Amino acid sequence: MRYQKLFIALAFGLLAFWPFISGSYGTDLVSKIMIYALFALSLELLVGTTGLVCFGQAAFFGIGAYSVVLLSPSDTSASVIWISLAEAILLAGVFALLVGSLALRTQGIYFIMVTLAFSQMAYYVIHDTPFGGGTDGIYMYVKPSWGVIDLDKPAHMYGFIWVSLLAGFLFLSQLLRSPFGRALAGIKVNEQRMIASGFSVYPYKLAAFSLSGALAGWAGYLFAVKDGFVNPELLGWHLSGTVLVMIILGGLGHIRGAIVGAFAFALLQEFFQSEIVFGTFAKHWHLGLGLTIIACVAFMPNGLVTVPRQFMERLSGRSFNKSSQPLGEQS
Amino acid sequence: MAYALAPFVSASFGGEFFSVLVLGLVLSVILGYLLEWLFFSYLYKREHLQQVLMTYGLILVFEELRSLLIGDDVHGVNIPPILDVSIPLNDMMTYPLYRIFISSVCLLLCIGMWFVFTRTRLGMMIRAGSTNREMVQSLGIDITLLYRVVFAAGVALAAFAGMISAPISSVYPGMGDGVLIVCFVIVIIGGVGSIKGAMMAALLIGLVDTFGKLLLPQVAGVLVYVLMALILLWRPRGLFKV
Repeated sequence: MRYQKLFIALAFGLLAFWPFISGSYGTDLVSKIMIYALFALSLELLVGTTGLVCFGQAAFFGIGAYSVVLLSPSDTSASVIWISLAEAILLAGVFALLVGSLALRTQGIYFIMVTLAFSQMAYYVIHDTPFGGGTDGIYMYVKPSWGVIDLDKPAHMYGFIWVSLLAGFLFLSQLLRSPFGRALAGIKVNEQRMIASGFSVYPYKLAAFSLSGALAGWAGYLFAVKDGFVNPELLGWHLSGTVLVMIILGGLGHIRGAIVGAFAFALLQEFFQSEIVFGTFAKHWHLGLGLTIIACVAFMPNGLVTVPRQFMERLSGRSFNKSSQPLGEQS
Repeated sequence: MAYALAPFVSASFGGEFFSVLVLGLVLSVILGYLLEWLFFSYLYKREHLQQVLMTYGLILVFEELRSLLIGDDVHGVNIPPILDVSIPLNDMMTYPLYRIFISSVCLLLCIGMWFVFTRTRLGMMIRAGSTNREMVQSLGIDITLLYRVVFAAGVALAAFAGMISAPISSVYPGMGDGVLIVCFVIVIIGGVGSIKGAMMAALLIGLVDTFGKLLLPQVAGVLVYVLMALILLWRPRGLFKV
């Protein structure tokens, strides 16, 4: 436990100093990855903690992104950060509440597909109607600001994203320690037993779903403001799938797994795409990424975050901390 | 995944349609068998999501291998000459025989699958294996082999679907992408494990999609998903639950 806290503190510290040691490209890349990490955190709350596999998370992300563009003042004055952020979070959260209240009637794979259905509906509403700018997407010319903070400046944007990620991480880790978080963990391990011991699981799951949607909306807000551009692909199932891959890669059931997974996935993608390393072969970057993912699944059964422990066990021949391994499922 | 792969084999070999069909089937059975053995056989004990991640990795690898080995061109596949005729319906309209061939082959396959699943010993073992792996194993059935065979059969069926649809849809990179999600939707609407459900759902989706494009072109894309959401809210376990 002590090492994990140290690791997280070090990671966030390094991220805080990153813009001073890297160029503008590196800063931009890492701020993008941190947005994905926040997005992955929101899904981790559902998949890793509550055991609800949501395949429509991109809808909430996209709604957060579109809300800041569509709701910003149409003249050239900038919107206020806090108000537009609150709007994005609220809209995504309310949409998640609606979707969740219906989708949670189903279970297992049916739940996965209902969430997909709702997110695809949101996708087609944006994609096929003039209301959302259609396939071309919309540009945002004036970025939100508040006092001295102007999100048009990359450094301010980076700082804002960093604070958002830290806040999201601390919020989730505190939430999971609360009675509410323990109840969610209980639902993941054995829902029947939670019902038998007198919990009404539906409100808990609905609350988790809405919270997760709101967090995803927050990430979407950051994405839209950083790039100043939104397009319908932000709501598509490809993005939902990608973020799911990130958290599985990082390790389900650990909050830091979401962040580790997002960084690992995005950096791998960046590595295999770089023409410096692979030359003209870089256009086949899917191959390297796919092979790495296959190797990760084959050799790291519980995701990247458990690699240090796996290594220690191999080294000393003893097994540490059995309790934090994923609790066995029924099937 | 295999769906997209197979037509490329047939397109690149050329030759006579039916012999390529058989060759493609044999190859895809071998491929499915090897894939299960190499990549999936040790994942059943883990969480289901690990299989999802593995599949994702394999899709990426296969798409790129295809791009490296065969290239990114669009291929057309000719309808075999025996079936390349049209049946006159009245003075104006005709209906191509090849489409009737596809429909009847698919119907036959469905009936065959239904027969295997519900009326044979093998089908019984497969259904039992999907319910409780350990129990089937302790009854003395080689579940590892069984799963491998089922996996290979699944790959072969997907490849077969790809091959017979190649002449009417042409063959292009990423053609598997479009059907991937629709396949999931169909299986889920019909109810997982029900062949009758899958057939009905496929029919329903096909009709809704086609008539949606005809009558309400603005919202055609979303109709399939609206249908899925409505059906699953009405029947949370699909139309024909097992």
